[in-house]
Amino acid sequence: MDDLKTMLTKRIALGVATLLVISILIFIGVEALPGDLAEAVLGQSATPETVAAFRKELKLDLPPVTRYFSWLQGCVQGDFGNSLANGRAVSELIGWRFANSLFLAGVTAIVAVPVAIILGILAALYRNTWFDRLISISTLSTISFPEFFVAYILIALLSVQLVVFPSISSINEQMSLFEKLHVIFLPCLTLALVVIAHMMRMTRAAIINVLTSPFIEMAELKGLKRSRIIVRHALPNALSPIINVVALNLAYLVVGVVVVEVVFVYPGLGQLLVDSVSKRDIPVVQASGLIFAMTYVTLNLLADVMAMVSNPKLRQPK
Amino acid sequence: MTPLLEINDIVIEGQTGDTWKPVVKNISLNLNHGEVLGLIGESGAGKSTLGLTAMGFTRTGCRIASGSILFDGQELANASKSDLRKFCGSRISYVAQSAAASFNPAHKLVEQFAEGPVQHGLMTRQEAEEKAIDLYRRLDLPDPENIGNRYPHQVSGGQLQRAMVAMAMATEPDIIIYDEPTTALDVTTQIEVLAAIKEVTKQFNTAAIYITHDLAVVAQMANRIMVLRHGDLVEEGEARELLDNPKKEYTRQLISVRNAGKDEESKNKDPDTILKIENISASYKANVNVVENISLKVKPRKTVAVVGESGSGKTTVARIVAGLLPPHQGRIVFDGEELSRDLKSRTPDNLQRIQMIYQMPDVALNPRQRVSKILGRPLQFYLNMTGEKQENRIKELLQMVELPENYMNRYPSELSGGEKQRICIARALAAEPELVICDEVTSALDQLVAEGILKLLQRLQDELGVSYLFITHDLATVKAIADDIIVMYHGRIVEQGVKKEILEPPHHEYTELLLSSVPEMDPDWLDNLLAQRDLN
Repeated sequence: MDDLKTMLTKRIALGVATLLVISILIFIGVEALPGDLAEAVLGQSATPETVAAFRKELKLDLPPVTRYFSWLQGCVQGDFGNSLANGRAVSELIGWRFANSLFLAGVTAIVAVPVAIILGILAALYRNTWFDRLISISTLSTISFPEFFVAYILIALLSVQLVVFPSISSINEQMSLFEKLHVIFLPCLTLALVVIAHMMRMTRAAIINVLTSPFIEMAELKGLKRSRIIVRHALPNALSPIINVVALNLAYLVVGVVVVEVVFVYPGLGQLLVDSVSKRDIPVVQASGLIFAMTYVTLNLLADVMAMVSNPKLRQPK
Repeated sequence: MTPLLEINDIVIEGQTGDTWKPVVKNISLNLNHGEVLGLIGESGAGKSTLGLTAMGFTRTGCRIASGSILFDGQELANASKSDLRKFCGSRISYVAQSAAASFNPAHKLVEQFAEGPVQHGLMTRQEAEEKAIDLYRRLDLPDPENIGNRYPHQVSGGQLQRAMVAMAMATEPDIIIYDEPTTALDVTTQIEVLAAIKEVTKQFNTAAIYITHDLAVVAQMANRIMVLRHGDLVEEGEARELLDNPKKEYTRQLISVRNAGKDEESKNKDPDTILKIENISASYKANVNVVENISLKVKPRKTVAVVGESGSGKTTVARIVAGLLPPHQGRIVFDGEELSRDLKSRTPDNLQRIQMIYQMPDVALNPRQRVSKILGRPLQFYLNMTGEKQENRIKELLQMVELPENYMNRYPSELSGGEKQRICIARALAAEPELVICDEVTSALDQLVAEGILKLLQRLQDELGVSYLFITHDLATVKAIADDIIVMYHGRIVEQGVKKEILEPPHHEYTELLLSSVPEMDPDWLDNLLAQRDLN
């Protein structure tokens, strides 16, 4: 287990380093945006003097390096500053939105991951039959369309033609779980269609790759059933790539859903980010970016640990 | 008495592109209860294919074209998959060449042992585990009660191979197919496994088909031998009869390869050394030395063979010389000049003068590059040779390794194992090296092919004057090619000297063990040897 510990420490250190680099990139990116909050708020008619005064008030006149370090210091202490647009604490603003984003991602993942893996196993089991081709064609077509297109098609079908699900997924804290699930059905489905295809194809490919191993031939010669060979002998040895693609897709579910949140007017972090960019609300943009980065790093770390634990060679050294 | 297994006039075809070509041609075979039949031939002879056919199984890309396979009165040739499943793993079982690859790395040994009998409904899990312990004990595995709880990577190669034999015996089958079960092992381990297989097969009176390319091994195991070549039956007979007086030329060739040797006492005695390493110690992990205090010398135009079983550190020595593993102590002197320990800080000139040939030509060649590219790269890199000049040199190199010029345009997958190894040799020679490190270059090849490679290396040495550092576990190879021999055991040199001295008694204890473990053609050799070792 020592290997596992050293790997964990190394990966966490690397993760922190990655976050630092990202924080710099985010800061530079935001700096590069044309215009700032002062100009955005005061509008075109503002005189240079008022803009300068307003800047001073918001401490936008300090040099970028100073501002970066004071921001970074705040972040480490858990204080992301206040929103420039409405003065509320960023953490408060983001907290609820982020929870919503996680809720949407979580529900989608609970449905999509098992479905994808089971479909992948079935596709490998019935390789090169009409069933395999049907799954391949349908999943391929869902990833080929842009997600907003899938979203609008689903709205047209399920909320305009058949009025089953709402086209606007605005949720609030008073709703019961069931109501929430009903409301977020369409964004969930849209996201699921996109991520299932990736995970399913990787599962299929990973299993088929293992099927050429000598131990699979051995299992066949032991007179085992094909389904048992796939599930007992091929799957455990294909876990590592599957875990990795699942983690990547989970990360996508959290951070890549901006477009879907906007289409369904879902109060998640993605939508907040888009709003804040257009308002030049820099602290919110920076904090959201950092949270997205953290999600990515954490999920990838988890994936590595799980891939390691799933491999007996690493779990139980000689 | 009707035979247990009767294969009649079987034709098996393999697919190449769109056409089907026969790989096993009209072979018939009978196997009685308790009899061991040896199938022997080079790779591509169709012996594994024939062995698998006895289970009604063909690999992907193969099919049974005609003929019948009668097992205990049941026809297997066109039986459905679910019918075959009833026999496979219960009444007929299979022991594969590489246990390391054929055990599922994700499950414990005993789980894989129990899977067969439990899935066939022959035993409960509990009974299967007891059976496993019993068989592990009979096969002399250490700690039979607990070894089953280990994962495949946690036991040694020889133990794993015996665990696989145990797995095959789990259901006490009528027939076991042994497909080269000891080829991947070194000689000292091979003996243990051979003895275990022989003993257990006798105890349960199991019939067996024993597939191998090593006549000396099959001589120990089989009652009857069939010699195959290119899918045809060359000769069949009682083991002793066939070995003592082979009727066909091919069989005679196979037997004489075993006894081949190098023409004695070599050419010009050159006193200088091309490579000298002094007191080298190296390790992969801190504080655990894989090799310790190794010193050796290689003379120009000479071959130094480093022998030892796997884990003795002989490949590590090769990696140190090549610069792949920087030693933490000691000096490497090449042609009078000290070499830096790690690869990165060696000069291009150093790199050019030491080249390496690997064990697995399959893995050592990029499958997506044509031969011309593979050979052209070192020419361009070291000698800055391009265009027509390069092409001419490639043709010359191919000629040197006795391959036709038009192989330039082939991909590695279009070559046989021996041909691939020849390309590897040509690639090493392209750099015009002075020292070539040969790491087990013949151990993945069949005997006749291997002999060809050894002769080629010998000829190239005579013509080009290169020196070889020859890493091998096969003493027959050493006898054939070496000038000096270094015997390694547990990371140390236990004996070194001129070939003659090492191969003639008195030996160091370990050298003695190695030498006596090389199978001989005499069918009683194994029994005699084991009896003798018991006495000591």
